Amino acid sequence: MRRFAVVLNLVAVVTMIFAATMLVPLTISLVIDDRGELAHAAAIFFTLLTGLLVWMLTRHERRELHTRDGFLFVTLVWTVLPAFATLPLLIYLPRLTFTQAYFEAMSGLTATGATVLTGLDALPPSLNLWRSQLQWLGGMGVIVLAVAVLPLLGVGGRQILRAETPGPMKEKQLTPRIAQTAKGLWYVYAMLTALCALGYAWAGMGWVEALTHAFSTISLGGFSSHDASFAYFNSPRAELVAVIFMLLAGINFGTHFLAVRGRTLRPYGGDPEMRAYLGVVGTSVLLVAGYLVLFGVYAEMPVALRYAAFNVVSVATTTGYATADYAAWPIFVALSMLLLCTFCTCSLSAGGGIKMMRALLMFQQAFRELARMVHPRALMPVKLGGQVVESHIIFAVLAYMLVYGVTMTAITLVLTGTGMDFLTAFSASTATVNNLGPGLGNVGPAGTYATLNAFQTWICTGAMLLGRLELITVFVLFTPAFWRK
Amino acid sequence: MKIVILGAGQVGSSVAESLASEQNDLTVVDLEPKRLRALQDRLDLRTVTGSASHPSVLVEAGIDDADLLIAVTQSDETNLVACRLAARMFNVPRRIARIRATDYLANEKVLGDEGFDVDLSICPEQILTDYIVKLVEFPGALQVLDFAGGKVSLVAVRAFAGGPLVGRQLKDLRAQDVRIVAIFRGDRSIMPDGEAVIETGDEVFCLAASGHIREVMRELRRLDEPVRRVMIAGGGNIGLRLARALEHDYSVRIIEHNNRRCEILAARLGKALVLTGDTTDEELLEDEGIADMDLFVAVTNDDENNIMSSLLAKRMGARRVVSLINRRSYVDLLQAGEIDIAISPAQATIGTLLAHVRRGDVVAVHSLRRGAAEALEAVAHGDRASSRITERRVDEIELPPGTTIGAVVRGDEVIMAHHDTRIHAEDHVIVFVMDKRTLPRVEKLFQVSAGFL
Repeated sequence: MRRFAVVLNLVAVVTMIFAATMLVPLTISLVIDDRGELAHAAAIFFTLLTGLLVWMLTRHERRELHTRDGFLFVTLVWTVLPAFATLPLLIYLPRLTFTQAYFEAMSGLTATGATVLTGLDALPPSLNLWRSQLQWLGGMGVIVLAVAVLPLLGVGGRQILRAETPGPMKEKQLTPRIAQTAKGLWYVYAMLTALCALGYAWAGMGWVEALTHAFSTISLGGFSSHDASFAYFNSPRAELVAVIFMLLAGINFGTHFLAVRGRTLRPYGGDPEMRAYLGVVGTSVLLVAGYLVLFGVYAEMPVALRYAAFNVVSVATTTGYATADYAAWPIFVALSMLLLCTFCTCSLSAGGGIKMMRALLMFQQAFRELARMVHPRALMPVKLGGQVVESHIIFAVLAYMLVYGVTMTAITLVLTGTGMDFLTAFSASTATVNNLGPGLGNVGPAGTYATLNAFQTWICTGAMLLGRLELITVFVLFTPAFWRK
Repeated sequence: MKIVILGAGQVGSSVAESLASEQNDLTVVDLEPKRLRALQDRLDLRTVTGSASHPSVLVEAGIDDADLLIAVTQSDETNLVACRLAARMFNVPRRIARIRATDYLANEKVLGDEGFDVDLSICPEQILTDYIVKLVEFPGALQVLDFAGGKVSLVAVRAFAGGPLVGRQLKDLRAQDVRIVAIFRGDRSIMPDGEAVIETGDEVFCLAASGHIREVMRELRRLDEPVRRVMIAGGGNIGLRLARALEHDYSVRIIEHNNRRCEILAARLGKALVLTGDTTDEELLEDEGIADMDLFVAVTNDDENNIMSSLLAKRMGARRVVSLINRRSYVDLLQAGEIDIAISPAQATIGTLLAHVRRGDVVAVHSLRRGAAEALEAVAHGDRASSRITERRVDEIELPPGTTIGAVVRGDEVIMAHHDTRIHAEDHVIVFVMDKRTLPRVEKLFQVSAGFL
């Protein structure tokens, strides 16, 4: 029980930091006077109070976390914070059920972008900003943020951050100290966000709107303040800015960090994952545009290219913006795009899915097994960027892929079991586990997740959490070994 | 000349061997008394046992009045430290070091005056690798050597029955851009004058501008098919370098028996296929398509292994086999037999060092025919009065018997030497010496008399 108290104490600290972040929408609400200030103020008060209370009760239990406590800590943070994040929504929209509000908050924090709300345009801008800000906080990771702000975790912190950050290989350290690394990552993240907001302002958005969209772009979340998503703007400029920054946010932030720190573009050259990511996304855009022209969805290539570029990049990077109802495109295109979202983004980026690094490793591993049939005596290690990948990583990736496949299948099955049609169930499962957002069928870019019943909503909420924490961190809590003394 | 050699390994011993025969005072330093004793039994030199980078050991070896330090121990670091000490503490005028790690070579400062004071760095593994890469590039050649910074090449080819060379007098063959500088028949050398006739099996040395090498080769040999598939037996230092140099342009397979070494090879190599197993394993060779190999190169550090695997590969259908053979007696035994080319590491690598110990302004030396003959590139200085070569026509120069002036490089221009070619000051002259005993006389030609200085 003492172990639990230690973890709770830290969760309370993170909760209080989280309460502080709510000051941003409150301030904006006060400045632009959009009648949302009461909801924000009440949320801050309640969150802070709870955090403080728990912290007081457990403050004598401070000690360093063990690696295994880390998994519990991370999972707790990621389940508790969405609960507090629902407060402004629940207060402002009394008709919303807690289930739906929690779904919305989880979709925010995991940077998924699936929504149950309609009439977004009528919401106070500060509330829309809060939704996007949730994505922004979750995109790089709230615990990474907490470590950057406070010297929260000691030596064990590295393992804990590993539980929160995505990707198969996390041994490489960017700086000697973990707090520095966290700060560096957030620094680059914030810088990109500021640039993106400036870009949107240049494209003609108001400043609150620009910030709202910059938050959900860089986090690859995909919340918009309009029901029509990006189609509302119908502005090639805004789409161009969005495409550029979505692509940037899909790259490993460690690479960005090295490039910014060294003031050189060289780190990008040494990132094989990024090359594959940009190659796959770029090729897909061209192929989809060609296919759309061929099958008469758009008459002219430039138009097709515009829509293909935006929507393919949006889906492949697991953002989930839309400028067209791509669910209505030929099903081949729609499913292919859905496939892209499962693997395109780089590790340690803001995106979801299995990550390009794992895809590359798996591809090579498969190729190696085939080549071994022909050359039984050959030694063919899996390599990435000229470096040999140790076999224990390959095994971890294999295990991850298995868990991933089983999870996706299980969620799809359970959803169809609740009476959902197959396309909706399959795409909802894919879109939530990979933190994409909109799926196809009823949950396509033109619809919302509001049509789901409570049970289905909870399943999807869980799927988003699993996907964001890359499955293992959560599943480890369900193993007997974890709870054994 | 007083020379101190650090390290009595393979390189050190062969350096000592070729320098001892040229009237130098040698001192060899090594940690291993056994190796030194073996060396002393064969050669007239002094030995010192001790760590080659320790000042006291260096002093004992007589570094105070040495003219040249040759640091060729196994360890780059020992060699570097020794050179630095020799330069700063003992004022040794010239220092040569064996450096393996390319990292040290990446920045000039490391070896320069601010760094370790190394005048010349040699890497035997790299020299051998370059040697073999040339053989891959020119499939018909026995050996390809560069002069004048790559402007002139010397190619050795074997004349075969029915080829354009055999049975004709040299004067009928002489093309514009190529000059035949030597012919070897068995152990005998034949003076390449106009009346000489080439027979089947002769080793013919031709000198040509590097740009023309391919055309010359085509003229001299039947069209040899270009090499596409190469199998390397042995993944040591040379095997690895070779595979790295070849893997992008050729299909390369490399066999190594040590598992750990295989892992390193696989990590360092990209496209080359690393195979674990014995180089003499018939089944492995068969499975990996030895019969389709254009070239089989045996580069393990074991002579017998290299010989056996090469013979096996040849028997199983490899088009050409090349083997690294250290022991001189083995080389003599095998050359021109079933093994197409036997390379003696010591002879291949010694040239760079020799250039530094020669009198006169010698730029490059290549040891040929296991050290029996030599091709050297020297610079002519002075004028008609102070030098015996400058401002003279080739037929005016008193060359020792068996010596040929092959080509003259003037700036960027390559001139094939004829009897009426005139040599100017600062010309690079490429001389072919068939009998090593005449070397001192050749060196003297290139020295300017005191009056000029």
